[in-house]
Amino acid sequence: MARKKRKVSEINASSMADISFLLLIFFLVTTSMNVSTGLSRRLPPPLPPEQKPQDIDINKRNIFVVKINSENRILVQNEELNIRDLKEKAKEFIENKDNDPSLPVKFKINVPLIGEVDITKEHVISVQNDVDTEYQAYIDVQNELVRAYNELREELSKSKFGKSFDELNEDEQKAVQTVYPQKISEAEPKNYGGVK
Amino acid sequence: MAQIRKKEKREAPALSTSSLPDIIFMPLFFFMAVTTMKEVTYKVKVTPPSATELQKLENKSLVRYVYIGEPMQQFRQQVGSATRIQLNDQFADIAEIESYVTLERGSMKEEDQALMTVSIKADKETRMGIITDVKQALRRAYALKIIYQAGARKEF
Repeated sequence: MARKKRKVSEINASSMADISFLLLIFFLVTTSMNVSTGLSRRLPPPLPPEQKPQDIDINKRNIFVVKINSENRILVQNEELNIRDLKEKAKEFIENKDNDPSLPVKFKINVPLIGEVDITKEHVISVQNDVDTEYQAYIDVQNELVRAYNELREELSKSKFGKSFDELNEDEQKAVQTVYPQKISEAEPKNYGGVK
Repeated sequence: MAQIRKKEKREAPALSTSSLPDIIFMPLFFFMAVTTMKEVTYKVKVTPPSATELQKLENKSLVRYVYIGEPMQQFRQQVGSATRIQLNDQFADIAEIESYVTLERGSMKEEDQALMTVSIKADKETRMGIITDVKQALRRAYALKIIYQAGARKEF
């Protein structure tokens, strides 16, 4: 019984190219190089060598001191605070809603697009850390402070423009930033006593 | 009754190559998905801290990196296990940061020099002492734009 040679039926591969290109384009569009992200800061310019670091005379009510010790605990305005409460405290300080005399001085300022507002333009947030503070704890504090600013800006843009801060155009963003300027100082390092 | 078969040349069916593109594209996609551009060979172990309010690092050509962390296992013999700084592909001292920044800035185009950013990529368990030293060195070198590199996370 001679077997008939069976032919392998050929698959039509002409659509292969389409399919491959479809996938290729999909990945081209969706892949992103892993972008590095972080918290950006501006360091103060260096002091002239003969000048000793000195505390600039800032009105005491304008300064918000956050200290982090070697056990990563936080002291805010001389009282211990959980990091979870730091944001609210910072917001309260930056905003000074009720013109509290213990919180920063408010100045009347005419901001384009927003109009006349009282802002605490001279406030400073000073972050001071110990030599032994863990980096993560420091970043956590920085992060909470940035978050306080971002939330305040977001609230303002919602109430003034009815849009989220990211959706505002450049001028509007600038106006909002004028009302809440980010002022986190990278303080001169000091050595705080602490038993190691 | 043996039948003598004539030895006829049997042809193997032609190998179908229609699946070749698939096979080629499969590894292509695989590599596309898993590749990340590498900046340098790490000599120190860096697990960046995490944060929520992140900004993207724009314009990578303007960024220079300072790595801070504990040396990798294979370098412990030579340099010990204390936290070290890495610049480019080498271990460095605090004192070298200033000249590194100046050198790197010199190699940039003039209009870009003011925009130079230094990215501090430090391990999350690093002590702040060394980071403060690095920051002071950067200030002396007038590299005032810095970014603390951090990964994303949800709330606490």
